[in-house]
Amino acid sequence: MIKDKNYLLNISERILTKAKKLGATDASVVVSNSVSEDISYRNKKIDGSTRSENLGAELTTYFGKKKSSLTSSNLKEDILDELVKKCFIATKITPEDELNSLPDKDLHFKGLKELDLFDKTHLDNKEKINYLKEAEEVAFSVPKIVNTNGSGFSEKKSNFVLANSNGFSDGYETSQFTAYCEVVSKENGSMERDYEYSSKRFLSDLLSAKKIGENASKFAIRKLSPKKIKSERMTVVFDKRISKNILSVFANAISSNVIAKGTTFLKGKENNQIFKKDINIVDKSDIKRANGSKYFDSEGVRVDELSLIENGVLKNLLVDTYNGKKINKRSNGRCGGTSNLFFKKGSKTFNELINSSKKILYINETIGHGTNLITGDYSVGASGQIIENGEFKYPVSEITIAGNLNEIFKNLILADDLALNYSTNSPTMLVEGITVGGI
Amino acid sequence: MSKFFDNTDLNINKVENIVSSTLNNCDDGELYLENSKSEAVILDDNKIKSSNFTTDVGYGFRAITGDVVAYSHSNDISENSLKNSSANLKSTLSSNKGNYDNQIKKTNQKFYKEIDPIDNKSMDSKIKLLNEINEYARSIDASVKQVTANFLGEKKDIEILRLGGELLKDSRPLVRVNVSIMLEKNGRKETGVYGIGGRQSYDDYLKNDNWKSLCDEAFRIANTNLQSKPSPAGEMKVVLGPGWPAILIHEAIGHGLEGDFNRKKTSAFHDLVGKKVASNGVTIIDDGTLDNRRGSLNIDDEGTPTEKTVLIENGILKNFMQDRLNARLMKTKSTGNGRRESYKHIVMPRMRNTIMLSGNDTQEEMIKSVDKGIFAVSFGGGQVDITSGKFVFNCTEAYEIINGKIGAPLKGATLIGDGPSSLKEIAMVGNDMMLDPGIGTCGKAGQGVPVGVGQPSLLINKMTVGGTQIK
Repeated sequence: MIKDKNYLLNISERILTKAKKLGATDASVVVSNSVSEDISYRNKKIDGSTRSENLGAELTTYFGKKKSSLTSSNLKEDILDELVKKCFIATKITPEDELNSLPDKDLHFKGLKELDLFDKTHLDNKEKINYLKEAEEVAFSVPKIVNTNGSGFSEKKSNFVLANSNGFSDGYETSQFTAYCEVVSKENGSMERDYEYSSKRFLSDLLSAKKIGENASKFAIRKLSPKKIKSERMTVVFDKRISKNILSVFANAISSNVIAKGTTFLKGKENNQIFKKDINIVDKSDIKRANGSKYFDSEGVRVDELSLIENGVLKNLLVDTYNGKKINKRSNGRCGGTSNLFFKKGSKTFNELINSSKKILYINETIGHGTNLITGDYSVGASGQIIENGEFKYPVSEITIAGNLNEIFKNLILADDLALNYSTNSPTMLVEGITVGGI
Repeated sequence: MSKFFDNTDLNINKVENIVSSTLNNCDDGELYLENSKSEAVILDDNKIKSSNFTTDVGYGFRAITGDVVAYSHSNDISENSLKNSSANLKSTLSSNKGNYDNQIKKTNQKFYKEIDPIDNKSMDSKIKLLNEINEYARSIDASVKQVTANFLGEKKDIEILRLGGELLKDSRPLVRVNVSIMLEKNGRKETGVYGIGGRQSYDDYLKNDNWKSLCDEAFRIANTNLQSKPSPAGEMKVVLGPGWPAILIHEAIGHGLEGDFNRKKTSAFHDLVGKKVASNGVTIIDDGTLDNRRGSLNIDDEGTPTEKTVLIENGILKNFMQDRLNARLMKTKSTGNGRRESYKHIVMPRMRNTIMLSGNDTQEEMIKSVDKGIFAVSFGGGQVDITSGKFVFNCTEAYEIINGKIGAPLKGATLIGDGPSSLKEIAMVGNDMMLDPGIGTCGKAGQGVPVGVGQPSLLINKMTVGGTQIK
């Protein structure tokens, strides 16, 4: 169904050859293809089907230190040559930037390891419908679940080739199976929604329909009839759904792009103690079948395992070729971001964590985009539960939580319940002294 | 005449045959064709970061029967690809039978010119202007440490081919210019961002050195934030400034009035048509017909002419925003709100320019009436949970109000509330309605579409403010 590697390689070669012929001093190109088939399901019947087919190329041409890019979805032969021409013309009138270059050749990925990122299993639409039917039936078998925002199943197969005029040319296939179920609970005047989802490279790793349905209904019900609480400073425990977002913010704040510009609160903090001594953060690219695994980054640079935080100290930044030059560092294969990023697990059990204080606010949902990367100020809307003496007592909503990430990082404590389900993963997290805004 | 089949193995007759054999037994559907190009010319860290140019051509083929939507899209416009899509649609809808209504309302309305904003300003002059912006912004004050500016331009041509051979077309220009300035003083860093745009040429927005005022405004916001103190937390009175803060109306109320959530009964508003949902004096419209505005459209992405839709009139809920699917299922008419990000996306009811109309009060009176509260002038991002009605906004410019007077600027203030209840808490509606500068993009189910908002100053009796300081 998806185009094979040779088809994509032919296009990439044609583009590179044409660019060289026109006088480009360097060029790089990504040719990618994907096909996905999605089913959405709602209230015991199919709601829709979508088939998506995408083929496109993104080329970059260099003329000395000038550089420009062009993306196109029309790759017919006669048009291809025109596109390269157009890109090169734009390149010639773009001002020079002495840092523009392809990555160093010796950093190119040249490996043979197998990461198992492609599952050729095809699930036809009937089987997808059966999965969703089961998930919704399980969810609706629970009292108080009154409606559904729909469930969905998506199967996507992708292939791509990255090539540059320094001799790099490689690509690989990936697959992604994704299922979700979102239901609505109701009790007296209160209506709430929540969901569960699972997204894996291999179908056999996907969460079962039953589990997805059970979790979605459980999550939607635990939010019913929320109370408002008074503003106060509290000990907060972040559910794994949320703690991984805090880790993502950390990754954004140590990207060479923002470090070079000085637009991050972690600028100049290399080799400084940022977290407690027992906190370690790793970006591991070669976990078999994992969502974040990759052979090389979006420039073709190999992606070795990178230790970002060791014993609480910031050891490495996320560096690409261009921004690396601004801060005198070589690329470490992080153009395009992290791979499989995670906090190593902590030493406390989940139960110890939620018993560590008499009253705890447990957060399992945040809304809003309240992170200021420059100052580290963090302020988002939230909902969750109040835990008293280790017991979940009642849901709360319409509250805000606010603090500064410098403080939050310094104070956070992790549980030992790490699971590598996503490309960014964290155990359950406890932070003392967060300002909770309520009534 | 369609241009989409030039240089392909298709012609209009072949296409009509495939469309009619696919949609014959359906309630609705169309072949949507799109040819778009876009550019991003970015100045960052004193340098023109490489220019980017994107062209995208493709089709989205949709068939609907009952409430089941089958969709197939591809950027390969060929007989083989279209036939594959047709087979895919038929297989999803095989057991259903529908009744296609091939009458669609026609229009000659034009709210923007057919221009190509990318080609009508040369790359040289864009680069030159970006460099001038950079120099000017850095010259404002010694505290300016970083400047980012960009030109984002787009032209999108669409055609909609319906069963029966009806062909509807639109050509949509869109530009946006943004300036972001970071200041550093005494070890403290703050940014200010300002932008402008709409469906005209870049020069329409930048002429007469207008670009300088973008820099001045971005600097003013950043400089204000340099003096800011931590925001209080807790429930208090909130005065919203006019213009862009209407993004709160968009999130908190607008989404809940979109047809799909109400047809599915997952919106808090689904059973409230004809009922009082807001204070007296609150009238909210969604208008697709404003000249050159970012959210305006001649026709929506299903071919329906856009209109000015009254959502709430003097506090009473009047209408939902509808696309064809949800309108048919709710036995009403499309309001021209059927939109999609591109041919790769399904149609949903989406907002255009959502506006709260002016009332009789003045901002001065509102501030004067507040003993303790905050004055929110501008917001960054916002988000809403349609089912529970809860929304959140981050203020990028806000001040404390003490004893009827505007006080110090506040940093990191977040507003959280409940859409339906805050509508009822609106105590005063200003006489100063203003539209936003043309910068909004609304996200829904992973699709972004350009939108506009507008409102007068508002006094909201109570809302929860999130900050770090407990009073």
